[in-house]
Amino acid sequence: MIVELGHYALVLAFALALVQCVLPLVGALREDRALMAIAPPVSISLFLLVSLSFVSLTIAYLTSDFSVLNVYANSYSAKPLIYKISGVWGNHEGSVLLWILILVFFGALVGYFGRNIPAPLRAATLSVQAWVTTGFLAFLLITSNPFERIATPPMEGQGLNPILQDIGLAIHPPLLYIGYVGFSITFSFAVAALILGRIDAAWARWVRPWTLLAWVFLTLGIAMGSYWAYYELGWGGWWFWDPVENASLMPWLVGTAMLHSAIVMEKREGLKVWTVLLAIFAFSLSLLGTFLVRSGVLTSVHAFATDPERGVFILGLLTFFIGGSLSLFAWRAPMLKQGGLFAPISREGALVLNNLFLSAAASAVLIGTLYPLVLDVVTGEKISVGAPFFNLTFGPLMIPLLMAVPFGPVLAWKRGDLLAACQRLYAAFGLAFLAVLFTYWLWGGASALAPLGVGLAVWLMLGSIVELLGRVKLFDIGPRRALSRLIGLPGSAWGTSIAHFGVGVAVLGIVTASAFQEEHILTMKPGSSVELAGYEVTFDGLIPRQGPNYQEDVGLFSLRRGGVEVAQLEPAKRVYQASRMPTSEAGILTSWFSQIYLSLGEAREDGGVDVRIYHKPLITLIWIGCVIMAFGGVVSIGDRRLRVGAPTPARKKTRAKSAAVAAE
Amino acid sequence: MTRKQRRLTLIGVAGAVLALAVGLILFALSDQIVFFQSPTDIAQKSIPAGQRIRLGGLVEEGSVVRSDDAHVAFTVTDLVSTIAVTYKGILPDLFREGQGVVAEGVVGPDGVFAADSVLAKHDENYVPKEVAEALKEKGVWQGAD
Repeated sequence: MIVELGHYALVLAFALALVQCVLPLVGALREDRALMAIAPPVSISLFLLVSLSFVSLTIAYLTSDFSVLNVYANSYSAKPLIYKISGVWGNHEGSVLLWILILVFFGALVGYFGRNIPAPLRAATLSVQAWVTTGFLAFLLITSNPFERIATPPMEGQGLNPILQDIGLAIHPPLLYIGYVGFSITFSFAVAALILGRIDAAWARWVRPWTLLAWVFLTLGIAMGSYWAYYELGWGGWWFWDPVENASLMPWLVGTAMLHSAIVMEKREGLKVWTVLLAIFAFSLSLLGTFLVRSGVLTSVHAFATDPERGVFILGLLTFFIGGSLSLFAWRAPMLKQGGLFAPISREGALVLNNLFLSAAASAVLIGTLYPLVLDVVTGEKISVGAPFFNLTFGPLMIPLLMAVPFGPVLAWKRGDLLAACQRLYAAFGLAFLAVLFTYWLWGGASALAPLGVGLAVWLMLGSIVELLGRVKLFDIGPRRALSRLIGLPGSAWGTSIAHFGVGVAVLGIVTASAFQEEHILTMKPGSSVELAGYEVTFDGLIPRQGPNYQEDVGLFSLRRGGVEVAQLEPAKRVYQASRMPTSEAGILTSWFSQIYLSLGEAREDGGVDVRIYHKPLITLIWIGCVIMAFGGVVSIGDRRLRVGAPTPARKKTRAKSAAVAAE
Repeated sequence: MTRKQRRLTLIGVAGAVLALAVGLILFALSDQIVFFQSPTDIAQKSIPAGQRIRLGGLVEEGSVVRSDDAHVAFTVTDLVSTIAVTYKGILPDLFREGQGVVAEGVVGPDGVFAADSVLAKHDENYVPKEVAEALKEKGVWQGAD
């Protein structure tokens, strides 16, 4: 019954979305208040209906209702509760439903909190959002209904792909999807502005918090996915340039570019056309990512659910939305008035440079991802474009950008002074240079590039600190007043510095973990030991163990440092009961920011076992850096100037404040 | 600077970054891509020594030999030709005799394929797409379409 209710809610949402597609837009174009006024309540109703549908699917999972095909194919009654819940989006149908849920959630946010946005813009935006919603609801209902029943329900389900039974993958898709789909709202804003033919600095102020919100989640989602692949796939790598990873990286790069260009638009009314184009591209790449992952056109280590027929449907949606929005752009963009001019050396100039490099890098990733597909279709030749391609293209495009990062915020708007900027940064540069020498001294010439990479990271981190100190004029007004000024800095200034600092931290992790990694691959007999990075790793034997829904062979390893035992690691090989599928669990020891990573191979008949042991110096900084970046984004969202149209209405704040006053 | 000069500078910088990107991409595409080959392709074509390729096929039954220090040797077949493969490292969880496999590496002068990575996928019934198509081409595909 609850399952049918969920299905019914979905159909009802589809019908309501159709209404939303047309009426508010007509209202916006005719300045008809009554028609525009239906948009917010409908957007909230859409959210409630899709939520109802999502909840009913979740209930079907929780009660292990195997009469639902989707539950039968992806669940198992003995599965732990958390994976019953995460199983809802651990499959194709459920993940599309989650996609739509987030889509309507963002619509509802704009509907509920967007009172400050001019009515026509809000109505048109919600209308465009409804087009996307309608498209994906049709996709879900026609090709991948999650509520399909089986006439004779089986007693037991087939179980969730064991690789997905992990806490990391339980939360990774929602984070990533909020990021992906979050760009839908900037897309809708951009298309609505094109339809209405009006874009001004205020538009950028309304759009930036939404971009930031999506970007924060996408950053966290990518970091989470990378960490999951690192510890779950057992290869010890944290980024594989896998098409599915690229699919999430491309919108991130374009989204990052958009964050920066929106600043120029907001402050200087420049780059309007470009920002709108980026908004379209960011969501187009999200759609492309969805297509790549969901259609099965790619051979990927991540391709969990693949079905060519669905691919055609998504390809249709993709063509409609990307083609449609770009045509609209070509038609309407010339109407937009260009903003203020600026000298090449200026804050605007630096932000343009940022945008150039980020979009060039995104294009390189796009070409590397799509080229094998195109070549296969055109010539039938099968190739793989792997890490060497991306290291050679993405790397050289990122390095000049990263070197330029500290300059951007210290340059003035309109016309900057490069010499003055250099004067402010010379201390950071000097320390970065010392870091290069220090690294060289510490590790020797093992890799010529590694010390320079460390220097780059230090340059980024110090540069962001210098920027903050420069803003408060520490050396002119003394530490006391500087401190109070520092606290009073706007959120966006803090956000910029924190995020740029995070980039430096991540770069440091990337450089050290790849250049100074140590690795042993060997066959170990019980009692034998091996030295690695100052640790003595001893293999104590292999024991079988029974988990809740799997059996595992656990390798017992003890790690000693100077003869003292510091840790026990237990990497394992698991076989899940429902699917008989084997997986590996790595054993990881984190010490400060570095990690010892142990993964288990095949067991030999004589009791020996193949083992791969890595020491990865400072590797956790990669993910910590991403978290810092995301935190910078959050701080930036909190900026008071961006509050207009942001998820926190000012009224509530004043009410809370007066309540606090009353309590005193 | 005049308005025109400013615009020209901007266009110049954009052009330079674009040219850099295009140059890098073209260079990398001509140099860094890896072609997929079946054992028959390798037997028929002469592949220059040291060129990286992706080898796909089935792991021949009974061919897997493990030796010390995580060395493993096995034979990959497309049921027409075979090729010997050596690898040092941990094989993927789904590596099985008689199942599909994709290995990346180079063919040595002795005709043995030295793999530096071996892939298998998350799905238990997985035969890599390229392998399935290569087998279909040879008319020896036995799985479902």
